[in-house]
Amino acid sequence: MTNALSLEGVHTHVGPYHILHGVDLHVPAGQVTMLLGRNGAGKTSTLRTVMGLWPASAGVLRFKGQAITAMTTPEIARLGIAYVPETMGIFSELTVRDHLVLGARAARRAEDLDRTRLDWLFGLFPALHKFWLHPAGKLSGGQKQMLAIARALIAPCELLLVDEPSKGLAPAMVMKLIEAFTELKRQRCTVLMVEQNLAMAKALGDRVAVMDNGRIVHTGAMAELADDEVLQQRLLGLSLGVAA
Amino acid sequence: MLNRLLSHDLPRSRWLAAALLLIAAALLLAPFLFHGAKALNVAAKVLVFILLVASYDLLLGYAGIVSFAHTMFFGIGAYGVAIACARAGSGVGWGHVALGLGGALALSLLLSLVIGLFSLRVKAIFFAMITLAVASAFQTLASQLSELTGGEDGLSYKVPALLSPSYEPFDAPAFGLMIDGKVIAYYGLFVVVALGFLALLRVVNSPFGRVLQAIRENDFRAEAIGYRVVVWRTLANVLAAAVATAAGALLALWLRYTGPDTTLSFEVMLDILLIVVIGGMGTLYGAVLGAALFVLAQNYLQDLLALGARALEGVPVLSALVSPDRWLFWLGLGFVLCVYHFPSGVVGRLRAKPGRPAASE
Amino acid sequence: MTDSPLPTGSLPTHPGEVALPGARFDARPLWLLAALVLLAFPLIGNGASWLTLTAAGLAMGLIVFIMASGLTLVFGLMDVLNFGHGVFIAAGAFVGTSVLAGMAGWVGSASALQNLGAVALAMLAAMAVAAALGAAFERVIVRPVYGQHLKQILITMGGMTVGEELIKLIWGPQQLPMPMPEALRGAVLVPWFGGEAAAVEKYRLFAVVLGLAVFAGLLWLLNRTKLGLLVRAGVQDREMVEALGYRVRRLFVGVFVAGSALAGLGGVLWGLYQQSVVPQIGAQLNTLLFIVIIMGGLGSTLGCFVGALAVGLMANYTGFLAPKLALFSNIGLMVAVLLWRPQGLYPVR
Repeated sequence: MTNALSLEGVHTHVGPYHILHGVDLHVPAGQVTMLLGRNGAGKTSTLRTVMGLWPASAGVLRFKGQAITAMTTPEIARLGIAYVPETMGIFSELTVRDHLVLGARAARRAEDLDRTRLDWLFGLFPALHKFWLHPAGKLSGGQKQMLAIARALIAPCELLLVDEPSKGLAPAMVMKLIEAFTELKRQRCTVLMVEQNLAMAKALGDRVAVMDNGRIVHTGAMAELADDEVLQQRLLGLSLGVAA
Repeated sequence: MLNRLLSHDLPRSRWLAAALLLIAAALLLAPFLFHGAKALNVAAKVLVFILLVASYDLLLGYAGIVSFAHTMFFGIGAYGVAIACARAGSGVGWGHVALGLGGALALSLLLSLVIGLFSLRVKAIFFAMITLAVASAFQTLASQLSELTGGEDGLSYKVPALLSPSYEPFDAPAFGLMIDGKVIAYYGLFVVVALGFLALLRVVNSPFGRVLQAIRENDFRAEAIGYRVVVWRTLANVLAAAVATAAGALLALWLRYTGPDTTLSFEVMLDILLIVVIGGMGTLYGAVLGAALFVLAQNYLQDLLALGARALEGVPVLSALVSPDRWLFWLGLGFVLCVYHFPSGVVGRLRAKPGRPAASE
Repeated sequence: MTDSPLPTGSLPTHPGEVALPGARFDARPLWLLAALVLLAFPLIGNGASWLTLTAAGLAMGLIVFIMASGLTLVFGLMDVLNFGHGVFIAAGAFVGTSVLAGMAGWVGSASALQNLGAVALAMLAAMAVAAALGAAFERVIVRPVYGQHLKQILITMGGMTVGEELIKLIWGPQQLPMPMPEALRGAVLVPWFGGEAAAVEKYRLFAVVLGLAVFAGLLWLLNRTKLGLLVRAGVQDREMVEALGYRVRRLFVGVFVAGSALAGLGGVLWGLYQQSVVPQIGAQLNTLLFIVIIMGGLGSTLGCFVGALAVGLMANYTGFLAPKLALFSNIGLMVAVLLWRPQGLYPVR
């Protein structure tokens, strides 16, 4: 199985702070890898480094074998990597339609969007159709999250980086998200997801990597971790069996 | 002892210390070393600018506040003294000077308080632009109230007898120089500027100065720790304004003339910025070095350019560029290059050279 | 998953039945502008004078808007404080004088077509030169200090000083006249109630029409094209736009150059408005432009528009009603607006 994404000994400094201390991570293609860990472990920093928002100060990042360590953020995105940040990156003044047009680099207007994909997204997130021309700033938290994800999915992507998609969402919304990502899994899209919601992690993850203090402290199959309560306690301080 | 005098803020570089000593010596002995009115004028201007720019460095380099209203306070000090002396006619006494200075300080206090408190509501960038607008408004006001301020022409007036050029207390020259009111005025200026500079040095190295620097680095955190950022910033604003006002009063007393172009114009604000950047922000010594370099350049660069123009006479484009009228072009160019290559100013550059007494920095 | 494509035209075209709370356009600043215009009427007393002053104010405001629009977008998009924007205005104005001087024949002729042709040529030349200057300025002066606000302020000011000196070098330090072509001279008499007629200068009408055209063009560009979409998104969250795969740096250079070209156009218009130009006009107008974009909200085109109109109208009304106060009217207006909305009329972020 090839790795869609691999990080080798990646360090990141932000100003005077040394945030990632030699991260070694391999994300196999076509699978969902969950990135878990306590708050401040460096999960978001890892995603940002992959996207080039924070340059790696040491180490190598590869995407499909190609080194992307020194590339700029737009160049990285153009390789087929989509990013849904923790803060969602919603433009409050722009409409839902505008967001999707932005998500599809080749599209100049809404009419240029891939209709099949659009229908699929409308089916997953009906709110998008309902609020098509409304400014995104007026949507609820959950709807914004759906919009952010839809924007990442409107164009085909090879690797999807998602940062805490379920944060602050009601359980019903979380179910919707699981449905969406399950479909993605079916389409063999590679996903690297940071999640605190352990139920979601367990439901979606094929592989898991756990971070602590800017390092990866455990990698393996999700099924293994899910069965090993002792390991769960040690790594995360609580067990995956508890509904979050 | 030197340590205490300089408030433990040593030059930390042999080169810098040497340069500072050279400048201090030259300024101290200027009336004896350089003859002619122009040379003394240049020295006096250097002194005034040292004080003015040092106060601006307090604001910009230590407190991290970008303000374009500094020339306004400079002008208030100058005009305060000027108006008081002009009103007094020929019988100008120290009482008038005190009145003028007092009034100017009161006005500066009020304005700097208002400006400082207004910074509560707006972001730093807004603040900078607002001070720009306020300063230009004040400049317009000064030229409009021409009965009071002399408008575009400015005010000429007499100064207290002790300082006037015709006052000659001694019959014989001392060390080749005839002591007159001008010389007395010069040394008065020197003493006040020296004391003022040392006082500022004391301030920036005190707990007050450290809090300002903390706020400059991270105002959010400073507020979180418990320092009311607005209060401290306003205090810095007020202090800087007061010193600038004093500097203005000094200039007024020296020149016996005050006009919008000597104090309030935007050119003066640019000069201050140039000096503080070229000298080195956040060092105070940068003001000394920068002021000396700048005033010398301003006065003698044109002569230098004139020489160059004569040499290049006939060469089409170059001769026009090297003409003495274009000195601002070269200064501007030098300024741009300085901002690139000397990000920490001349002082920073000197401190980075080997020859530092201590290994830490 | 269903494979049947949606029938064409099934994308919603109207915001529709669902009323979201507070999804209204914020028109309060516009109402205030209208209120200002209406309030001036009783204060001025004379209807004809009011019309003349209002036209003058709108013309001035729109010229200022043209000059300031580039500046606010440049700041909004890349957080770049260009304190040297005035140099593009000055360059445009002076290029304009040269062109008009060179085409003196057309300028002085009786044919309106030739008159307008000369003016159009002057404007195009000014825009081209200002754009080129803008590209050079961005590359040499702005790009190296990206991200450092203080240095940007200082270095752009330095750049403007150097530019001003170069202008003095080429055109000389004195004031140059900017001759108004025949077709734009004089005034149009607008009949008013009570029998008297208001005199509205033809040039002011021209400026108003041109200004509105530029505004409309900018709005179309910003709201109906993908490029405009990128600019609007970039102003809000530049990082996210880059993460979506767009090269925002290139976009920025384009916006900077376009803004400089507009400033050059504004320079020609301003020069004609004053009928003369001096090398210092860049520095003189700089302060005014900053007042306008702060009032409007840094990064907002609509805010810049309203702010510029407010400034233009205020300057003309107070110039008539209380001339001594006229020069403070701008600052007073800015302070008043900031006390109401500290982030400007239409805050972007």
